[in-house]
Amino acid sequence: MRTWLERQRYVVDFTLSSLARRKGKNLALLAVYALVVFSLASVLFFAHALRHESRAVLRDAPELLVQRVVAGRHDLLPQAWVATVAGIRGVSGARGRLWGYYFDPPSRANYTVMVPERFWGAKGQLVIGAGVARARGAAPGDQFPLKAADGTYLTLVVREVIPAESELVSADLLLVGEEDFRTLFDVAPGTFTDVAVSVRNAKEVQTVAGKVTRLLPSARPITRSEIVRTYDSILDWRSGLVVVVLAGALLAFVIVAWDKASGLSAEEKREIGILKAIGWETSDVLLMKVWEGAVVSLAAFAVGVLGAYAHVFLGDVALLAPVLRGWSTLYPAFRLVPSVDPYQVATLFFLTVVPYTVATVVPCWRAATIDPDSVMRT
Amino acid sequence: MIELRNVRKVFNEGRPDELTAVDGVSLAIAPRTVTVLRGPSGSGKTSLLSLIGAMARPTSGRIVVDGREITSLPERFLTDVRRRTFGFVFQQGNLVRGVTTLENVMLPAYPLGEPRPALLARARGLLEMLDLGHRLRSRAEWLSGGEAQRAAIARALVNAPKVIIADEPTAHLDTKLTREFMEIVARLKAEGKTIVIASHDPIVCDDPVVDRAVGMRDGRLDGDGA
Amino acid sequence: MRASSRFLLFLAAAALGFAGAARHAAAERERRAAEVEARTALVRRLGLTDLALFTEARYTRHPSQADRFTPFQEHPSSLEHFPSGSIAAPPRD
Repeated sequence: MRTWLERQRYVVDFTLSSLARRKGKNLALLAVYALVVFSLASVLFFAHALRHESRAVLRDAPELLVQRVVAGRHDLLPQAWVATVAGIRGVSGARGRLWGYYFDPPSRANYTVMVPERFWGAKGQLVIGAGVARARGAAPGDQFPLKAADGTYLTLVVREVIPAESELVSADLLLVGEEDFRTLFDVAPGTFTDVAVSVRNAKEVQTVAGKVTRLLPSARPITRSEIVRTYDSILDWRSGLVVVVLAGALLAFVIVAWDKASGLSAEEKREIGILKAIGWETSDVLLMKVWEGAVVSLAAFAVGVLGAYAHVFLGDVALLAPVLRGWSTLYPAFRLVPSVDPYQVATLFFLTVVPYTVATVVPCWRAATIDPDSVMRT
Repeated sequence: MIELRNVRKVFNEGRPDELTAVDGVSLAIAPRTVTVLRGPSGSGKTSLLSLIGAMARPTSGRIVVDGREITSLPERFLTDVRRRTFGFVFQQGNLVRGVTTLENVMLPAYPLGEPRPALLARARGLLEMLDLGHRLRSRAEWLSGGEAQRAAIARALVNAPKVIIADEPTAHLDTKLTREFMEIVARLKAEGKTIVIASHDPIVCDDPVVDRAVGMRDGRLDGDGA
Repeated sequence: MRASSRFLLFLAAAALGFAGAARHAAAERERRAAEVEARTALVRRLGLTDLALFTEARYTRHPSQADRFTPFQEHPSSLEHFPSGSIAAPPRD
């Protein structure tokens, strides 16, 4: 056992001496590899943590929502629908909701305007999200003009700003009273955006949804589990374009490693010949190659993954931010609560270390088996 | 110490480029002697050396090393015998470039996994004995011709072999360095080592330390019929 | 120091790093549990359905409310043109 360990250490000694011979080139290789792992791990960590957050935070979203679809588009629905839904057995309450989008030209941002169930402000007041406050430089007491549907300006006064710790769900919100909402968007009394339904028994939700569709054929019900599942699926790492691109980069790296290993230079062949001549067996030479691949890929993995953790959970995902932000001008300021899937990390480990190591060893198989007296014969 | 009985080595047997490098050689090498194989290039000296040193297997014939027949030993055992019994010095020194002299000397012992302090001490001792104590940390390619050759000898000695095999060791050395080389050979002989050298250099062949000089031509030893 | 010792040290440091990260994650989760609870409470109170992440367009802002053909409200053959689509794919059923 001691001999085996010592042998490994000697081989690693020589491998590192060997790599140090072309220090610059090998360091550059390591840096690029680590960068690819870093990028991939960053996206994986971000998506996973966000999924975790969405599951936690949206668990109390409305149990069931009913939308109206006209000619394939989401349309307003009449008071009668609310009554119909409220009359379904199992429904403990149905409420018509009002919400929509407001595009603000000065800040070029999209706001979500909403009338909460119990708006605690007076008519003429509004409550804004922290992102809106930033975008418009607004504070409590300020005037907040909005362009109404009929072209006139509706000026509301900021009553309060929603605390920043909830930005992830509220950054772009404008909360107003029902009257102001209807004036702003010219929505006739008795019409609503959708219906929020509370169901007594959680297991009944699907049944109620089915009944809704039967009673109101052009209705589209959305359950709470569907809401949560949406976030699961859109943040699934397999479907993100960025992940596909980065996985491709990883694969390209492995291919480059293979190519490099296949084209053993005369110098490298000579070196293997010398090793064989002084007493190294084929297995010793191959062990050296395995460590050569392992040293680089282990280092790249460690640096890349630890860097990604720091980047996503200690920093502010600075490098992914442009992609996330996209074209939106209003973006919530938040730091994700750390949540890492160990299975993901393990998979990444195998994908980083094994293919690269194999790509370093296999092409050298032939060269490693040369006869020990080949050096004498040249 | 080493005995060869009617050994033949044929390359590419049965093919159009078939070559008989060693053609029926019988040779006995006594322990603690210096034997020189003399002959022009192409005479089969190198092939014979690689057979003696358990680096290659003969096509036919038997080889006995230290009382043990090695001709039909499995690969692993053969390698083990080679590692522990023989040390090789090559024509061009053949040190690994980019690696220090000290590490070069320790390389043959790496696969054997002995504790490092002992190995380090032994390697240092050998290099100092050969006047290379000041070149321990120099890269192998910075050594002069003579220094490289001495480093190669140190490397050959690191596993404390009983037999040293040298293939044209002085081919790239001047007269002075060749004489220095033979002095080292004398020292090693005095320490009880057996030495086999292939060389066509007269300074080597005519040196008084040599116990026996055997001529070789066309794969056969002189006096065995041409 | 021997080269392999230096590498072993590096591996040990990396292992420590991973352990540290795991500890940090657990500690942070505990420390910020109240914050997460505040967000959950707000969702409950206001009846929210989506995170306010992708505010570029209507269907990116409320992906859970959008239907598969909602992007096409913009244009009949609307391809994904928002950068956030590269991180979040369209919802599957």
